[in-house]
Amino acid sequence: MSAILPPATGGSAAPTDPAIDTGGGTGLWKDAFLRLRRNPQAIVGAIIIGLFLLVAILAPVLAPFGGNELPGRTEITPTTIPGPGEIGGYPLGLDRFGGDLLSKLIWGAQASLLIGVVSTALGLAGGMLLGVLAGGFGGWVDSVIMRFVDILLSVPNLLLAVSIAAILGQSPYAIMIAIGVSQIPIFARLLRSSMLSQRGSDYILAAQTLGLSRGTITMSHLLPNSMGPVIVQATLTLATAVIDAAALSFLGLGGGLPQAAEWGRMLTYAQVELSIAPQLAFLPGACIAITALGFTLLGESLREALDPKTRQK
Amino acid sequence: MLRVIGKRIALLIPTLFGLSVLLFLWVRSLPGGPATALLGEKATPEAVARVNELYGFDRPLLTQYFTYMGKLLQGDFGVSINTGRPVLEEFATRFPATIELTIVALIFAIGVGVPLGYAAARHYGRFVDHSSVVLSLIGITVPVFFLAFIFKYLFAIQWSLLPPDGRQNPRINATHFTDFYVLDGLLTGEWDAAWDAFLHLILPGLALGTIPLAIIVRITRASVLETQNADYVRTARAKGLMERTIRSRFILRNAMLPVVTTIGLQLGLLISGAVLTETVFAFNGIGRFLRDAIFGLDYPVLQGFIIFIAILYAIINLLVDISYSIIDPRVRVQ
Repeated sequence: MSAILPPATGGSAAPTDPAIDTGGGTGLWKDAFLRLRRNPQAIVGAIIIGLFLLVAILAPVLAPFGGNELPGRTEITPTTIPGPGEIGGYPLGLDRFGGDLLSKLIWGAQASLLIGVVSTALGLAGGMLLGVLAGGFGGWVDSVIMRFVDILLSVPNLLLAVSIAAILGQSPYAIMIAIGVSQIPIFARLLRSSMLSQRGSDYILAAQTLGLSRGTITMSHLLPNSMGPVIVQATLTLATAVIDAAALSFLGLGGGLPQAAEWGRMLTYAQVELSIAPQLAFLPGACIAITALGFTLLGESLREALDPKTRQK
Repeated sequence: MLRVIGKRIALLIPTLFGLSVLLFLWVRSLPGGPATALLGEKATPEAVARVNELYGFDRPLLTQYFTYMGKLLQGDFGVSINTGRPVLEEFATRFPATIELTIVALIFAIGVGVPLGYAAARHYGRFVDHSSVVLSLIGITVPVFFLAFIFKYLFAIQWSLLPPDGRQNPRINATHFTDFYVLDGLLTGEWDAAWDAFLHLILPGLALGTIPLAIIVRITRASVLETQNADYVRTARAKGLMERTIRSRFILRNAMLPVVTTIGLQLGLLISGAVLTETVFAFNGIGRFLRDAIFGLDYPVLQGFIIFIAILYAIINLLVDISYSIIDPRVRVQ
């Protein structure tokens, strides 16, 4: 199973086969990638994410109708909601507003991707900024930042996001910001502890001996070497972000039209018709779960691939 | 021990202080200011001015903060905008419902999670192990409110085995004096009331318990896997101790440390999950109340709730730390 061969002796020629790594300096990421390629769990995760991205990006082409369109408005009554295949032209049936379920699921992928990526990027950026300041400078900067992070951590994650979204008002940006901010603590803590564990390393001592400035050491030596766990966490956080975004819009936060093509929002209204049209709850729910599964599988395989304990084997 | 507890409480003070400052500033930064939040957006300037004077919103920020803090320390969390009743009183009547729900969820999560994780580690690489891994993946990736839908649809609507919503059948004329419905029924001897309240707890409890269950299974499995290969376990075997003694006293006890931490950390998840689960099952606990508060922008409730949860969270974490020293005497020395 080993992806790493023992270092080639002497000045042998550069390897032509990418599967053979001589254990050189660029090994970490390349090796991780090679390990991922052999891990079925990672492949399943990658396929799910690939499909999700494809559907999200190609939504305008794939979806028969627009996300907010109500093409079947005349086909529904309060007691009858056409299910899958019951009327031609709507393969998965209609929802209570007369929207095409298939189209809404497809557009929902786009909404989830957007919220997931933007909020995770926000959380990552905020967390990294705090983490770099805390881990790079230490001392009182570290103390102040970590106390702030403690305050954010003193409230459960989703409730923090809910409170922030409630303050920011009814807009999709509110959800992105709320989820992003609620993710800051984990990234900040992770990067800080990762940087702290690197600070005592020989290469940092060497850089200090060479007289490099603290900024240079932090940004070009400490940071790149501390990013592994952060990237793994970002992948896993994408799963949480998709679920949390759905949870917030399920609760009715985020504004927009009631018939908006958003997986969480679709579940809000599916509550009422659960007994007559369960597909309205099950299909969007399954979409959320499968997307989250994809990011979780890939994130966990990545963690395994980057883990020095399993790498050396 | 006392010193450790004292130190933890001392560390908690700056966090809660910071939180109170943030919450205070939050309310002051509401669009239109707190008076508009209280009166609604169509309030006349005169009414706004009157409220500002009444609540002291026109005084300097620092003075306002001290007044707010003083009230908070006396347990005065303000009055709910939606219901007009004191926030703390509202919590007191609704929290028991959520506690009942959380207890059922935790019993389910621990009662199934620990044995399953343990069995998975014991039969590493076999069927139990694989299914536990799959189960925990499902628990982590399926949103709790979606799971609630599935349970409700299958067990309440399709098979009519359990009640779909509420805390108790309104037709049962039950006496309530603690707001813990199951406990009330048991104390008054109204067995049908207790049983009915318990039936209402099963579906939301299972739905809510699934996420912590998934995490507990994983941690238990990983922890037992690590412990069962430890040197002291090998030594115990070499000494010829009975396998049962080794498993219960050496492996399980040592493996439980990370599990206990994890269980403590699940509290946040459970409370967040309760907001969602209670919404699906129309279960009248703190979660639904909070949801209404979010919509009515009932900021005294939101503010009070966040402080309340932060304190509760801190207390639970403290209890978790104390429980370490009971499980693992080595911790006591440090």
